[in-house]
Amino acid sequence: MRIPPKYTQIGAIAILGAASVLTVAILIFIIVFVLQKGLPILSINFLFTNPSDMGRSGGILPILIGTILLPLLAIIIAAPLGIGTSVYLAEFTSESRVTRLIRFGTDCLAGVPSIIFGLFGFIFFVTILGMGWSIMSGGLSLAFMVLPTIIRTSEEAIRSVPKAYREVSFSLGATRWQTVRKVILPNALPGIVTGVILGIGRSIEETAVVIFTAGSSLLIPTSVFDSTRTMAVHFYILAREGLSMENAYGTAAALIIAVLIVNLSAYLLMHRFIAKRN
Amino acid sequence: MKILSEKGVQRLLSVTAFSAISALALIALFIFIEGLPFLFKYGIKDFLLSSEWNPEAGKFGIYPMIASSFWVMLGAMLVGAPLGIAGAIFLAEFAPKTVMHIVKPAIELLAAVPSVIYGFIGVVVLAPIIRDVFGGPGLSVLAGAIILGIMILPTIISISIDSILAVPTSFREGSLALGATTWQTIHMLTFRAAKSGIIASIILGMGRAIGETMAVIMVTGNAVKIPNSALDSARTLTANIALEMNYATGMHREALFATGVVLFIVIIFLNSIASVAIRKKVIKK
Repeated sequence: MRIPPKYTQIGAIAILGAASVLTVAILIFIIVFVLQKGLPILSINFLFTNPSDMGRSGGILPILIGTILLPLLAIIIAAPLGIGTSVYLAEFTSESRVTRLIRFGTDCLAGVPSIIFGLFGFIFFVTILGMGWSIMSGGLSLAFMVLPTIIRTSEEAIRSVPKAYREVSFSLGATRWQTVRKVILPNALPGIVTGVILGIGRSIEETAVVIFTAGSSLLIPTSVFDSTRTMAVHFYILAREGLSMENAYGTAAALIIAVLIVNLSAYLLMHRFIAKRN
Repeated sequence: MKILSEKGVQRLLSVTAFSAISALALIALFIFIEGLPFLFKYGIKDFLLSSEWNPEAGKFGIYPMIASSFWVMLGAMLVGAPLGIAGAIFLAEFAPKTVMHIVKPAIELLAAVPSVIYGFIGVVVLAPIIRDVFGGPGLSVLAGAIILGIMILPTIISISIDSILAVPTSFREGSLALGATTWQTIHMLTFRAAKSGIIASIILGMGRAIGETMAVIMVTGNAVKIPNSALDSARTLTANIALEMNYATGMHREALFATGVVLFIVIIFLNSIASVAIRKKVIKK
């Protein structure tokens, strides 16, 4: 017997809708679970005191510093390269075999698993270049990892600048570079910054790359050649080695809050950017 | 004042444009330099098809890890693909704009949750449930499949939504004008037109599932053997590298890099297929 189209329609909406609801429910569960367990432990004191006894007690001050320094260094390296690539792809060249190769390379790099970045960083930066487990090795490895994110987001932002802007600039006698600098980059800026923020987010979330390239020192780093650990690594070590569940939850809560802030600001910025365009 | 000349800027930008592809080449080069000699020394067949992994005895067979990676990935696809595609269809075709505005950022946020947090939730919430309901150790292929299935949802949903929305509106209008319901239009027309993009999203999801490390280490139990059931403990290729890299030296370390070579080749292969599938869609448009 055939089911009347009216009922398949209702059935489809119910099932497909349930799948969407489930996805959102999982997200809410994860955030609520971590915050519920971690917020009671998280305090100003917890954030700004040194850990003691391998992190069994005390706070996460050096970890907080590591979590700020590593993504920062990664972005300082990756942002100019990524934005340069996207400007070149969008403004200085037309589609050709070369751009297809660049795009394919970017896509593949985006798909490379973090453990491979970790292995590479370990053998190349840590061992061959002799940087050891350090902020420098970690920052460089993370920079490789976030490059595709920055390239894609800023290329999209640059391409969304209306054609008319370029035409007006060219008709006034501006060169290509002048047009890019004075017209296109300022207009695409919010989109580009979104890409950079997402790159910072990716670095904060990462664990495997950081363990293999930046090590896991609990001391406050004094130079970029010191080892450090990020909140994700600290949480992993505390939870896996069962050192302190309390401090693990506190760190997890700080980590989730950092991720929420980073992604929310990227989202709001992008939202305003799109609203302005339309 | 002219800091950079027109030609100079163009040259500089064309150099930066090769940063991503150079990074990829550099990574491939060094992983291969460290791993390939071992592969030939030990024998590719022995390395890939032997089941004995015992670094102290000089035995390096990664077949159990290949099998584990495969089963965990397959399980993740069974969880993630239907859920993700269903969510994508609902959001692209049925959901009102306001719902879309709430759900889409939520899905992007799901992609931003650190993998160690997923792994942890798997250990403290999921594994005990599996242990109580189905028996076994809890930390298992099933736990890995469910956690990875959730982790690949954002990849599948966002690429599927894009490819569904890329189907021209005139197709839908034609179908609706003939009296078809929205659902009939979707499964007879939109879904077929968006097929290559949806397949690409699944392939990229497979790549993510095979490549994921931290969450998998935490939830699959890591026993070196071929899993006999979904409730068995398993150790994936990625977990094998991450667990032993810390203390590995000599041959053992080379074997881990060779594992990295295998992983790298599989991922690049999957990405190439996905990239072809996505490009096809663009050309058709």
